[in-house]
Amino acid sequence: MEYAEIKKLKEQFEEVPGTYLFNADRCRQGYHLNMFCMSMQKDENRRAFLADEESYLDQFPMTPAQRQAVLDRDWIGMIKLGANIYYMAKLGATDGRSFQYMAGEMTGQGQEGYRKMMVDGGRIVEGNRNISDNGGKVINKSNLEGGK
Amino acid sequence: MAKVYAGIATSHVPAIGVAFDQQLWDEPYWKPLFDGYKPAQKWIRDNTPDVAIVVYNDHASALSLEVIPTFAIGVADEFQPADEGWGPRQVPVVKGHSELAWHLAESLIINEFDMTIMNRMEVDHGLTVPLNVTCGVCEEWPFPVIPIAVNVVMFPVPSGDRCFRLGQQIRKAVESFPKDLKVAVYGTGGMSHQIHGERSGMINKEFDLALLDDLTRNPERLRKIQHLEYVRECGAEGIEMVMWQAMRGSLSNNIHEVYRHYHVPASNTGAGLIILEEDKY
Repeated sequence: MEYAEIKKLKEQFEEVPGTYLFNADRCRQGYHLNMFCMSMQKDENRRAFLADEESYLDQFPMTPAQRQAVLDRDWIGMIKLGANIYYMAKLGATDGRSFQYMAGEMTGQGQEGYRKMMVDGGRIVEGNRNISDNGGKVINKSNLEGGK
Repeated sequence: MAKVYAGIATSHVPAIGVAFDQQLWDEPYWKPLFDGYKPAQKWIRDNTPDVAIVVYNDHASALSLEVIPTFAIGVADEFQPADEGWGPRQVPVVKGHSELAWHLAESLIINEFDMTIMNRMEVDHGLTVPLNVTCGVCEEWPFPVIPIAVNVVMFPVPSGDRCFRLGQQIRKAVESFPKDLKVAVYGTGGMSHQIHGERSGMINKEFDLALLDDLTRNPERLRKIQHLEYVRECGAEGIEMVMWQAMRGSLSNNIHEVYRHYHVPASNTGAGLIILEEDKY
């Protein structure tokens, strides 16, 4: 496939609102951030990180913005800076946080609001397919609220 | 000769694993989901495979961004449960079937599927949750497993059609193995879910149910579903359903549906399960 075609293909995914497809560009951008998160797979590393976050992060040559997002537990910020959710989840687990907690933070609904939306059938697809549907904003509406 | 007699597809939500581990199956939140798994577990008890080939994906457990194989096959005698950030799950060690696994690796590579060969691979919820879903809580898993890990994390991931063709080659490889073995092929992951970004929580029940229907009615439609359609219609992580196409590709066109179950929500996910069986085996 030609370079321009690949670029166009990737751009189509960027038209899905509130979605940051983990493609080659984000993989390159977020490599050290994600490898830091990967290191949280080991208990000894989790302890070392929690004991002194700043020093621990010195091992990973991430950008200042990525580093700050980690320290702030700015979950959506990390995603925008190239984190992948499966890697980021290891940092969440280190803090004792679930996927639902992180989702509640990323969506701005909070864990309880997010959980309720899921119990009510999950987020509705209508209006959430393309950035042109609702001015780029994701609609926080459950399938139940949408009559589905 | 060995033969593929059944295909099983199921979601592999980590929270389902936690619910198994903490025995939460009678909690109101989990009961409708877990009750729906019981008939599948009975079917597996009555129709236990000699070997299961489980097409799944690793979630940054055995494989990191250091090495990203599109397709990897576990050829070891056993696979340890992975530590996914909160300690390894207390589930049995997964026993492999090294002889058949190596034959699969040889056959698949000769037929131009470039498998990465894994002599060591820890297995995460992507593999152990489907075993729980279909076997319940066990002291030992009732059959050996050959894990096939597909990259569905970093794009480009393989297309549904390519996964379908992988399934076809899995069937060919199984059928050329000179021992009498009943082989089940699992496809795992999905159904609707998105767990990153502001759009997290997307569920498209209509899409999911149509996919369950068309595994028997119109598999040709399913193998052609493009990545963009999965992402847009059923959430970015719903892309995992390309692995269901590998399961379907491993079956003939003379199959019937034995059982299905669908429930929303399992944590962030539309949880689906289906058992397909060859008409004659």
